[in-house]
Amino acid sequence: MDSWATAGPAISASFLASFVEIVEAFTIVLAVATVRSWRPAVLGTVSALLVLTLLVAALGPLLDRMPLTALQLVIGVLLLLFGMRWLRKAILRGAGYIALHDEDAAFAAETRELQEAAARREAHLDRMAGLAAFKAVLLEGLEVVFIVIAVGAGRGLLIPASLGAAGACLLVMAIGLLVHKPLARVPENTLKFVVGIMLSAFGVFWTGEGLGIEWPGGDAAILGFAASFLLVGWAATAFLRRRAVEATP
Amino acid sequence: MNAMKHVFDEILGMFVDDGSLAIAILILVGFSALLAETIGFPLMAGVVLFAGCLVILIENVVRATRRG
Repeated sequence: MDSWATAGPAISASFLASFVEIVEAFTIVLAVATVRSWRPAVLGTVSALLVLTLLVAALGPLLDRMPLTALQLVIGVLLLLFGMRWLRKAILRGAGYIALHDEDAAFAAETRELQEAAARREAHLDRMAGLAAFKAVLLEGLEVVFIVIAVGAGRGLLIPASLGAAGACLLVMAIGLLVHKPLARVPENTLKFVVGIMLSAFGVFWTGEGLGIEWPGGDAAILGFAASFLLVGWAATAFLRRRAVEATP
Repeated sequence: MNAMKHVFDEILGMFVDDGSLAIAILILVGFSALLAETIGFPLMAGVVLFAGCLVILIENVVRATRRG
């Protein structure tokens, strides 16, 4: 581990981003379990986790074969695309221009869809429900895998980043088992805002390293980038929110 | 086939939401790479990359709110 300046943000970014993704997958799995039963929900989840494991096992070794600068550049650009997309959305949500993501609404929509299918007496309902859980876990899981690779691969921090994601998974499972309903109180937009900042900061850092730039302060430059994204994000949200209020008749 | 297309769309959607944001970032990275290669002062390319990201972010959110 190079330094806490790199490892700390990598672990936190991986934990927070994975937490958001796992909450979204958990909502769908819980809807499937509530409408049908735990059997298709668990089968769909386990199948998706197996596919994810196979993907990681198949593609993981390729990372070692890529030249480090090329890996940093590719991951940096993907992080910029991914992180700034989250940050953009979080700013627009924070300013009230687009609706907040609502886990209760997502749960209700999935539940309604499965109940309508049941009302139409469609055959293979369990298979459909299992597929819904499978798709949710696979797609959200792919995002978690990308985040772990993106924040961990450039500096040999895959294990700390994986631990961050595993910690998020365990925490969501524990809270989910305890409350047994969608985790609607999670401040998802705030988490996405923070994660968007961290991933964008990592994106600038890795892209620069991939281009042969030696950042002043080394790894600590990530903290400077994050602070700048935070300031700009806050200012943009406050400015746009005030403008939205002024425009309201 | 539809399921595969859906999965592909979702994976693409991880990185591209607003197309103009993605294109602006790619152009910025390309320009920074060109600067790093040609001017022989890579840190200047780094400053352009970092400041460019902040400018792109601000421009994009302001434009998004004007669109509606």
